[in-house]
Amino acid sequence: MTDAWRLWRLMVGAQVRAQMQYRTSLMIEASTGFAVTFLDFIAVLVLFQHIHALGTWSLPQVAFLYGLSGVGFALADLVIGHIEDLSELIRSGRFDVLLLRPVGTLLQVVASDLAIRRLGKMFQAAIVLGWAISQLDIAWSLTRVAMCFVAIGCAAAIFASIWIAGACIQFFALGAGEIANAFTYGGNFASQYPVSIYGPWVRRFVAYLVPIAFVAYFPALAILDRPDPLALPHWLRYASPIVAGAALGVAMAIWQVSVRHYRSTGS
Amino acid sequence: MSMIEAVDLVKQFTVYRKRGALRRERTIVTAVDAVNLSIEAGEMVGYVGPNGAGKSTTIKMLTGVLTPTSGDIRVDGLVPARQRTELARRIGVVFGQRSQLWWDLPLVDSFDLHRHLYRVDATAHAHRLGELVELLDMGPFLRTPVRQLSLGQRMRAELTFALLHDPEVVFLDEPTIGLDVVSKARVREFLAARNQTYGTTIILTTHDLDDIERLCGRLLIIDHGRVIYDGGLDALRDRYEPHRTLVVDLVAAAPPLEVLGTEVIKVEGPRQWLRFRRDTTTAAEAIARVAAVAEIRDLTIEEPDIESVVARIYVDGI
Repeated sequence: MTDAWRLWRLMVGAQVRAQMQYRTSLMIEASTGFAVTFLDFIAVLVLFQHIHALGTWSLPQVAFLYGLSGVGFALADLVIGHIEDLSELIRSGRFDVLLLRPVGTLLQVVASDLAIRRLGKMFQAAIVLGWAISQLDIAWSLTRVAMCFVAIGCAAAIFASIWIAGACIQFFALGAGEIANAFTYGGNFASQYPVSIYGPWVRRFVAYLVPIAFVAYFPALAILDRPDPLALPHWLRYASPIVAGAALGVAMAIWQVSVRHYRSTGS
Repeated sequence: MSMIEAVDLVKQFTVYRKRGALRRERTIVTAVDAVNLSIEAGEMVGYVGPNGAGKSTTIKMLTGVLTPTSGDIRVDGLVPARQRTELARRIGVVFGQRSQLWWDLPLVDSFDLHRHLYRVDATAHAHRLGELVELLDMGPFLRTPVRQLSLGQRMRAELTFALLHDPEVVFLDEPTIGLDVVSKARVREFLAARNQTYGTTIILTTHDLDDIERLCGRLLIIDHGRVIYDGGLDALRDRYEPHRTLVVDLVAAAPPLEVLGTEVIKVEGPRQWLRFRRDTTTAAEAIARVAAVAEIRDLTIEEPDIESVVARIYVDGI
């Protein structure tokens, strides 16, 4: 594990140095990311112009969900989002090269990029989260603060798992990466709103199959110490770390199996 | 036990072909069809065949990149697909068309990353790197970003990357592709020396039969996924091209010479080409017999080139 972390740092370090050769385009991309995602939150604000609460959730509470999910998503995107381009890696034959090295392929793919340009998105989500916290009346304690950080970590881990599992589709169908987007970007969108507003079928899907409810909804219930409109078992609000760990484990297993089906390209 | 052992190695790919708007047809293509290989430590083997014969697919299975459909492989006692990372530490690979290096960074950074990826001890790494930099004359471009290197420089760098962890087996997939004559000669010289001094087992695929002629004692020819020849170069020549040609420049133009055991295949003024079988007539005999009937000013003996031999096998089969 420490070895993987060291290698990740070294490889990402090399990648960042390489990216720095194209500094200007990097700045432009980061600022566009910031601007585009800001428009995204305006949609939530517009919604609250017409209603005062969304399924008993007030605007600052929804903003809190939005911020938790957004920061977690941006973190996952920063570290692992480029796995979407696996098709490109396969098509160009660069995946062959990864298989020649005495290091796991997932680690190498993850370490092949650090999308600094996505920092813009994280910055925006962090602002929304900060604003939400300033508006909410939270009884802060050391535990609560820690819970916030753990929640963001779990959100990132859950999104990362979805990214990994989704990318595996590309081992079987080159260029089918977009299917995974429905779960990653879709998951981010879905987790920005309280799960309680969805119908029972959607709820089951997002809670159990793709564990989006554990990204922001359950942790938010715990941190805000508010009653669950769905009255689900109390322990669920503390279950995110376990769910995130399990999701990562499943995603990595899917990756291992998929690599065995890797077909390479001609010559 | 052999360094590389493959038994009944098969690789099949499923290919979908479009048939109409929605229907598609499923066909199975056998890229490698029951290949058997046995290569000893320290051998230098050429692996040749026309495009699409299954060369690269075999190499990819031997290096753990592809999982075989069926059959057994052992490389240095390991099963490549299953023990991929362990094997990776013991082999070096150069895919001529795929770079292992970090494109936007100075070359020396790639070598530095290599040390961490392969967990090579720093002193040993520095020592080997120093040696390779000197042998391959890479000093002048160590600090140049890889993308700015010439093809010849890059190939030397790729070889270095493949050898820095002191592998026992080296796989080279078209290592001289696109190189100029000088760079080719340099790479060949280097590989031959490596094989001799370190006893490194080298397997190379190539379209350039000069590579084979200069380097490899043993040749494997693959076509349609099957090994159709496995043996020495000389034996291949004896079997498929048993003739040599004696080219003589006579003092004066003459009608085609009639000499025992030879046959004139071409006449050009005073120069005549006489073909003779290497197994029945020695070069000395042929020369003596020609000298007995005509006055010779100059002569050369031509060996059949491997290229024409292999081309004939590709076209006619074995």
